[in-house]
Amino acid sequence: MAQFNYLNELNSLATIDGPLTRGPLQRWAKKTNNENHNPSFSASFKNMSNANISACNQSMQKLSISSNQSCNNSVLTSSKTPTRNDIKKGKKTPSKNKSPGRSTTPTPNKASKTPNKADRFIPSRSNSNYDLCHYMMSREEDKGEEVVAQKAAGEAIGRALTDTEPGRLLQYTCKAPAAPEGYQNRLRVVYSQAKVPSSVKNTTRYIPQAPDRILDAPDILDDYYLNLVDWSASNILAVALNNAVYLWNAATGQIEQLLSLEGSETVCSVSWVQGGGSHLAVGTSSATVELWDCERIKRLRVMDGHSGRVGSLAWNLHVVSSGARDGNIVHHDVRQRDHAVATLHAHTHEICGLKWSPDGRYLASGGNDNLLNIWPIAQGQHYTQTQYLYSFNQHLAAVKGIAWCPWSSGILASGGGTADRTIRIWNVNTGANLNTVDTKSQVCSILWSTHYKELISGHGYANNQLVIWKYPLMNRVAELTGHIARVLHLALSPDGVTVLSAGADETLRLWKCFMLDPSKKKEPTDSKAAKSLLNMNSLIR
Amino acid sequence: MSQQQTKNIITLRGSAQIICEYLKFAMNSVLFQRGLYPAETFKAEQHYGITLLLSEDAQIKNFLTNLLTQSEEWIVNKKVSKLSLIILDVANKEVLECWDFKVEYEEGDTALSKERNETVGNKDLKKIQQEIRDVMLQVAATISYLPFLDRRCSFDVLVHAKTDCDIPEQWAEAEPISITNAQNVQLKSFTTSLHKMETVVTYKLFD
Repeated sequence: MAQFNYLNELNSLATIDGPLTRGPLQRWAKKTNNENHNPSFSASFKNMSNANISACNQSMQKLSISSNQSCNNSVLTSSKTPTRNDIKKGKKTPSKNKSPGRSTTPTPNKASKTPNKADRFIPSRSNSNYDLCHYMMSREEDKGEEVVAQKAAGEAIGRALTDTEPGRLLQYTCKAPAAPEGYQNRLRVVYSQAKVPSSVKNTTRYIPQAPDRILDAPDILDDYYLNLVDWSASNILAVALNNAVYLWNAATGQIEQLLSLEGSETVCSVSWVQGGGSHLAVGTSSATVELWDCERIKRLRVMDGHSGRVGSLAWNLHVVSSGARDGNIVHHDVRQRDHAVATLHAHTHEICGLKWSPDGRYLASGGNDNLLNIWPIAQGQHYTQTQYLYSFNQHLAAVKGIAWCPWSSGILASGGGTADRTIRIWNVNTGANLNTVDTKSQVCSILWSTHYKELISGHGYANNQLVIWKYPLMNRVAELTGHIARVLHLALSPDGVTVLSAGADETLRLWKCFMLDPSKKKEPTDSKAAKSLLNMNSLIR
Repeated sequence: MSQQQTKNIITLRGSAQIICEYLKFAMNSVLFQRGLYPAETFKAEQHYGITLLLSEDAQIKNFLTNLLTQSEEWIVNKKVSKLSLIILDVANKEVLECWDFKVEYEEGDTALSKERNETVGNKDLKKIQQEIRDVMLQVAATISYLPFLDRRCSFDVLVHAKTDCDIPEQWAEAEPISITNAQNVQLKSFTTSLHKMETVVTYKLFD
């Protein structure tokens, strides 16, 4: 209450200073005065609010009049106030009086006829009343709103920081130091588009920088955990696009659709049988492994055994091993009625990489639990034991890219995902990590060349490139760029010359990066012949 | 039989130790994964069946050890509700990221607690470690969506304690922090059956 009184006093003081209060009171003011006998200092709430209104009205009046005086527009608040309007009317220059908007109808006759004062007097008064009302209403509301807003903000901060329950926030005063001056966050490579300065070594052989061919792969799933491309020994490429599998004959360029799954099912992996057969294993999102005869375009059997999508497949003679989202590996003997010959609880997360060694002695599996497991073959069988030989946990992200060295038994290359970005070379005979190289980009797939002592890896952000590495030093030999999204899968042609890369940009690109130089290939034999000739000569002498 | 029983009993102190061990590894992981400090200053160690990186910097180690020994006391006495690891810009002290480790207190095994006259839990340690491992993997995976910290950063840890908590020596009250344009990501939680640990990362979203 006290503050109301105070405000009233202030208002009345302000209006007393005004020049117009000395004149006779306005009609409405008189009216209010009649209603309230002691307008400014009444104790009752009703009276006081009235007093407030009157006080404000007075101040409003003062305002409106001053504005009238400054701009010559004729708003008359009191008939007794002498206005310049009358003078101006006498001068007969009405167009000057008018606002520019009105000056389009400047007939002087009309101006004199129009009851200008009366016309504008009423809206002005009501306007001032509106202002007053708004002022009166909003004055208290503003305060309320402010309080509410403050409360809300406080609550938000409280929720975010103090867990709504009151408590004290403590800190240990002996702080840890900041990073050393001039230190650059090494994660820059993960986030920046700038090209990483690479130490690409000049090699003697020529590697074409552009793809030999580009094929369209519409709707290829951009999923790191799947294996959607495989190139058979009989030169047929199987590609899974969403729910269908297509066969591309690399020799003739013919395309055939092998299958199309129904509903929302998708193909999660494809793998050709070894040795140029026409059988293709297909892993699906409905946790089954299907076996297809691609010559007759016929499904031979459906094998279950998983509870999650089958994202990786690997063949070892007549055994197809499948790795699924449930973290299990199932070995299926495709000749037997009871196909599931062994089940391994291999990983705690989805299995995304699965490869049999070329000699069939080891199976390597990589999972989303960042583990790379090596499984030894079971005695006298073509599937593995249920206990792993090694479980390598050095990778810091999912292990998808896995490849066995084709010329040196027991050598394995593995690549990690975004948080890891390394390629590691392992010797599974000893369990040693032979080499580690930071690729500065997500490793999606790895292949070994059969012609050169080299590896090729497919990468994601930032350059979406393929990198060729010299083994065993792991120097960069070449970088092949062109994909505009990450390179998800790689496949090597049966002649070992062409590498196919499947990108998330829905293209398949064929790179002739392991071409054999015909002159070089012949050279050793030629020199041998020459040497023997020389020897012969020496013998003859 | 008795062996079986002792194997699955977790005392309040033991549970707090597990929580603090997790905090140590999680905080080190954040420091490494977010690239706050040079990678050379971290050493790889095997814990929970995965590779974790721990800072070798004496000052950071000292800071975390002191912090966590004190926190362990508080957790045993149920004084702490949350620890926040905040990442600050060194230049203008702006908070760029906040890792909240919320501690909730649980009943444990009430029957067993009565029997032994102290609060105990009965969760298998293997199971707990498995759960912790899952969270650690998630922490490592956060770099795929968290924004790049391209400035010199430092970190600090704020302890959200109860009002009746005493302030020990070398500790002080801190100002609450706020992050503008913040985004929240809740990671997996785990429980020791006596303490439940929730991990949330809040980061500033740049346009």
